Amino acid sequence: MKIKQTVRVILTLVALAGFVLTACTATPTAAPTTAPTQAPAKTDAPTAAPTAAPTSTPVNLTIICRCVVGGTGSNSAQWMLDYVIPKFQDEMRAQGRDVTVDLVSFGGSDEELKARYALDLKAGTGNDIMAFDGFWVPEFAEGGLIQPLETVVGPTYADWEGWSHIPVSVQQLLTYKDQLYGIAAGTDARVIWYRKDIFKEVGLPENWQPTSWEELLDAARTIKAAKPDVTPLQINAGTAMGEATTLQGWYMVMLGTGTNIFDFKTNKYPVSGQPLLDALNFYKTVYIDEKLGDARLQLLADGRDRSFLSFRDAKTAMLVEGDWFWRSVLAKGGSAELADRDALVGWAKMPAMAPGKGINGQDFVTASGGTGFILNPNTKSPAEAWDLLAFMNSKEALDYFQTLEPRMRSRDDVAVPNDTVMTAIAKEMLPLTSIRPSDAAYSKTVSPEIQLMTERIVSGEMTPEEAMAAYAAAVTAAVGADRVEVAAP
Amino acid sequence: MEQKRPLLSTKTGLVFLLPALFFVILFLIFPFVWIILVSFTNESLTGTGALNPQNVGLANYSGLFDFKTWMMRGNFGNSLIVTLQFVFGSAMIGQVGLGLSLAIAFYRRKGFIREFVNTLVILAWIIPDVVVAFSWIAFLDRDFGTLNAILSAIGLGRPDWQLELSLLSIIIFNTWRGAAFSMLLFSSALETIPPSYLETAEVVGATFWQKLRDILLPLMRGHILTVLILITLWTFNTFSPFLITAGGPSFKTDLVSIFTYRTAFRFYEFGQGGAIAVVVMLINFALALVYLGMLRKQAVE
Repeated sequence: MKIKQTVRVILTLVALAGFVLTACTATPTAAPTTAPTQAPAKTDAPTAAPTAAPTSTPVNLTIICRCVVGGTGSNSAQWMLDYVIPKFQDEMRAQGRDVTVDLVSFGGSDEELKARYALDLKAGTGNDIMAFDGFWVPEFAEGGLIQPLETVVGPTYADWEGWSHIPVSVQQLLTYKDQLYGIAAGTDARVIWYRKDIFKEVGLPENWQPTSWEELLDAARTIKAAKPDVTPLQINAGTAMGEATTLQGWYMVMLGTGTNIFDFKTNKYPVSGQPLLDALNFYKTVYIDEKLGDARLQLLADGRDRSFLSFRDAKTAMLVEGDWFWRSVLAKGGSAELADRDALVGWAKMPAMAPGKGINGQDFVTASGGTGFILNPNTKSPAEAWDLLAFMNSKEALDYFQTLEPRMRSRDDVAVPNDTVMTAIAKEMLPLTSIRPSDAAYSKTVSPEIQLMTERIVSGEMTPEEAMAAYAAAVTAAVGADRVEVAAP
Repeated sequence: MEQKRPLLSTKTGLVFLLPALFFVILFLIFPFVWIILVSFTNESLTGTGALNPQNVGLANYSGLFDFKTWMMRGNFGNSLIVTLQFVFGSAMIGQVGLGLSLAIAFYRRKGFIREFVNTLVILAWIIPDVVVAFSWIAFLDRDFGTLNAILSAIGLGRPDWQLELSLLSIIIFNTWRGAAFSMLLFSSALETIPPSYLETAEVVGATFWQKLRDILLPLMRGHILTVLILITLWTFNTFSPFLITAGGPSFKTDLVSIFTYRTAFRFYEFGQGGAIAVVVMLINFALALVYLGMLRKQAVE
């Protein structure tokens, strides 16, 4: 029958068209701009260096950050809406340029923000200025998704006055292979936050400072014996909390054994040995053997937010977190706002396994990360976007931000007013800190494997030996046997 | 037999079809072929695999079936086991069983209760995923959830649904969610049974179970098999439980759809994600062939 045959012909044509279309377009799309591994020479700018000439065409810029007024990062959102955007628009108007700025408030998790960035950048779009966590830079740069400032803005970026006020170590946070990708907002440190009211109730000192893991665990045991319905100690573990597990949890414990996640001297990842076993056994003691921590909070999807609320409601006595917890979560307007925070919450340095056993022979350890803002290489107005980015990091803008949320800022001409805790942390912890490796493999594979390893311990699925073996196998498979260090336990 | 003249000539029919065919190629065939091709590369969204994807042959596939590690929680083997349990519990037993029970319970009954239950069951099916997920998260919370409030009021304690009974929770959730489809289909299937059969059975003095076993089920076998195929394939690929458990805790509810999502959109490994998708498609294909074989056998009888 004619119809049946025609249908067959149609279907064949459809399938063929599909194959041809796929074959023609399935070739990997090369990055349209220069690869970041090229040695940057300041003399030849690959794209035209945009000069800040007054333009009459209206320009709209968008800033995206993980900040929601009244929610997470509330102070940042407030700063954008109250100061940065109106003042910048005023300044542009005074110069005769028509520039408007909008804020995109992202309320999801860090991992969801990262996914959004990856997809937007791959599609060639995205917001002009993006809040970026420093340790994502290698992964995105190697994937050709972000470009150095020199490529996006041109050599004039180096003329900004702020560079001389930001220490090189802070600039490093958004640097990869010696190229700057944005401006760092500041750095941070991690400590043990504890509830002074619970400590007073159970007879622990108000100005408490443990000097070893055993002292830390003893304090937890005291609390558990006296107040069984309070979780004594919460230290991050599990895949649900993402990088918060690795930096606030694993790093704080691991550094106390004297070994780093990444050996900066040999450029290798230690993947097995007694230090790892000691760290894993610490987790096992806290979550499985003595139940000093609530494993439930580490395994549920929204566990991190629950742990914050639990601390606020005095159901958790000690929480190892970054200073972000103090200045943004517990603070006025934060997501777990605690009235009377200054009187109820104290902080102590995280001890090493024993005095002198920590990394570099230290008695106490901490780790630092850093976030900042980068310029989207897909921006339609690189000159205006750069002006906005520079404005956001001017002394005046950061001074104003300090009135909302005092913290360690990137610039040395911006003081930390009115907050003894932040000043003390900046003074005492930064000299002791360790940072994460600037390596794409870290954010892509090693950190997720660390989270998985701690989850397997905390859920009781594996013994420390098994979990360490799985971690060693996975990291070796990802980075190669020549980049890992194996020490016999 | 008289050949009826078609309303449109073949050529005109084709012209009408072309726009739809264009979209089918663009959104169905093109991605389908692309996924198969990308599964042989190490293409990823970030990192070195984004700029220079290399052909890696069957490495993605052999990585999935690495028998030394694949049963560890978080890997493909564990994902398959969880999905099989999920499909068996919520699709084969749950949805089909519940749908059949409801259809038989309300067979040839009219009235307010039937309409009320019908409406509730269909509502459970059509309310959007995200809304339903929020309600269930609140419902299942150990300390503040409605379910535990009810259970503790009648003395059954407060089970930890999200942590210890997570797989059971999503099985119940999915059964509740999709029972409407089987119920509707079985209702219309029951309508096709001549009432005289059942009346005869009444006269002879058959019990309810005998009627079920000897009349209803044999006559509905074709329909039951059809519903089973559809529901098994749909449930195998469903993603909604992600909104409730995100595959956790500790990968106890890691369905293959969630595993694929995590590989492709958390770790940005498109090559591996493509391989998982192809393997899942082959499994679904095999399941469908089994069912179709059973259907053909029963049609022959």
